[in-house]
Amino acid sequence: MDRIANFFASPAMKVVLLAFALIFPLIAGSEYQIYVMALAFIWAIAVYGLNIITGFCGQLNLAHGGFFAIGAYVVAILTVDHGWAFWPAFVASGVFSAVFGFLVGIVSLRLKEHYFAIFTLCVGFIIYLLLDKWEALTHGSLGIINIAPPEGFGLIDFTRTIPFYYLVLFFLVLAIVLVSRISSSLVGRTFLAIRISDDLAQSLGINLMRNKVLAFVLSTVYAGLAGGLYAGVVRFIGPAEAEVVHTFDIITYLLVGGIGTLMGPLVGTMAITWLTQAVQSFEEYRMIVFGPMLVLLVIFMPKGVVGTFLTWRGRRLASKAPAKEGQTRVGDSATSSKEASDNA
Amino acid sequence: MDAFLQQALNGLTLGSIYGLVALGLTLVYGILHVPNFAHGALYMVGAYISYYIMVDLGLNYWIAMLGAGLFVAVLSVLCERLVFHPLRHAPPIHDKIAAIGILLFLEAVVQMHWGSDFRRMPTPYTGILEFGGLVLPAQRLLIIVGAFSIMGALHLYLKKTMTGSTIIAMAQNREGAFLVGIDANRVAMMTFAIAGFLAAVGASLFAPINLVYPAMGHLVIMKAFVIIILGGMGSIPGAIVGGLIIGFAEALGGYYVSSTYKDLIAFVLLVVILSIKPTGLFTKGVR
Repeated sequence: MDRIANFFASPAMKVVLLAFALIFPLIAGSEYQIYVMALAFIWAIAVYGLNIITGFCGQLNLAHGGFFAIGAYVVAILTVDHGWAFWPAFVASGVFSAVFGFLVGIVSLRLKEHYFAIFTLCVGFIIYLLLDKWEALTHGSLGIINIAPPEGFGLIDFTRTIPFYYLVLFFLVLAIVLVSRISSSLVGRTFLAIRISDDLAQSLGINLMRNKVLAFVLSTVYAGLAGGLYAGVVRFIGPAEAEVVHTFDIITYLLVGGIGTLMGPLVGTMAITWLTQAVQSFEEYRMIVFGPMLVLLVIFMPKGVVGTFLTWRGRRLASKAPAKEGQTRVGDSATSSKEASDNA
Repeated sequence: MDAFLQQALNGLTLGSIYGLVALGLTLVYGILHVPNFAHGALYMVGAYISYYIMVDLGLNYWIAMLGAGLFVAVLSVLCERLVFHPLRHAPPIHDKIAAIGILLFLEAVVQMHWGSDFRRMPTPYTGILEFGGLVLPAQRLLIIVGAFSIMGALHLYLKKTMTGSTIIAMAQNREGAFLVGIDANRVAMMTFAIAGFLAAVGASLFAPINLVYPAMGHLVIMKAFVIIILGGMGSIPGAIVGGLIIGFAEALGGYYVSSTYKDLIAFVLLVVILSIKPTGLFTKGVR
């Protein structure tokens, strides 16, 4: 039991996960499954973005789906209406969501807790309304078709599923590595301090506004780039991408996996995506299950799968340590719980 | 001038509905400090229940309204008991997410049962009144009179009865209310019941001149949030005044500026106001 638990928390697990992801196209039953997996990876990137601002920094951003849609629309508009190639448009989607995120951030992050959540909910809705009504720019409710796929410079054809799968996987790994670097850095710890208490963080000399805006911009860049990739694979988008339901989907993924943990977004997105796939007929009504699940999770398991596992393991290690060497009780349990949190 | 008065009248209709919904939201916020994102779903369920009673059961409009009010009041109390009560000590982010869970669930259930197509609810009051050059459909008059009499009744209830004052007391000072022996559970349940009732009655009043569909609560709830931020979270007069401001701004803005973007007006107003004054317009000191 303990050995299994240790394995799950060890760096070796990450290698296993990556190896599985690499050979997945070979063992998948159909091309459709590879496609679903690639889409799930794209959503996971967006969930990692939300994890930065909501999980690490503690600010519930309800406009996240809107930023995802903005990224998708930047790629769509630039490639279809202005004849750009995919890659410059993809870079532009990151830049534009950063700029827009910065502007929204400096206004919205002056607000605390509920005000921030309500404000961002409204921002998300403004984004949706603009995409739906501003026909000259966004083609209105018809959406945009024939978005350019990522070009492979004659070497790779990204309109095929398998090459695209590896492309998305590459970006996902990049996203996770970056988040893990951030979370173990001083910046990441600053975000955590802000989540625990605004006032406490401020009294430590942390510049609240600058760090919150940084976290917000990082999260919108993640969302925007994920949206850009999405536009490249689906190649048709409409204002429905900005609907608030997608933000709620992203929150569900994050909460199931474990809010504020490193592997939580991945675990949550995979679990829910494949659960939904398992009962396909039910996709339209998935919220009948997801809604109560969200409520039950928040009440009984607020840390999600990964968070609960880490807490359980930390507690187990802490209680075992003194049983082995009774005399060094205090120091031992302290190091083992530290170890547990480092492996997180 | 006639056009202006006509739009002002439309604004009054909109504003009184927004006010009713925002009142429930602000009452709940005052007691539990929860922004109840599920409130819009309760509004939507209210519209469907009164549609069901009126069209499918063929009963009277007023019975439908009352039935919807009671049903949603019970539903709202259930939400409080099953969800918000167990979460009362959790970090604030949790009850927001739980509220979103309720919202998703209710919407999915309604969509499964009634489908996602738009429905039109009939009204027994189809007459049109004319004052000078002003045209006033009877249903709009009913909305204005109905909404304001309910607001008046609520005011009397909160100010003149013992149970009403316990709600006010709890909103003013939680610990103080406990000290004088007010039962927090009872007050919370009552507040949720009132909020649900107001939302359902607002929906039943508004449904005949609007459409009934599963996503009908989205815009209304978001505007209600804008209103209570404008009027100060937890403030009862603030909700009514804020409702009227948004109603007028929308009706006049939709006529004079752009009808395509009229739904944006409330949100742009919110963004502008919060950018200048992050605590809202009428809040007093504490947040």
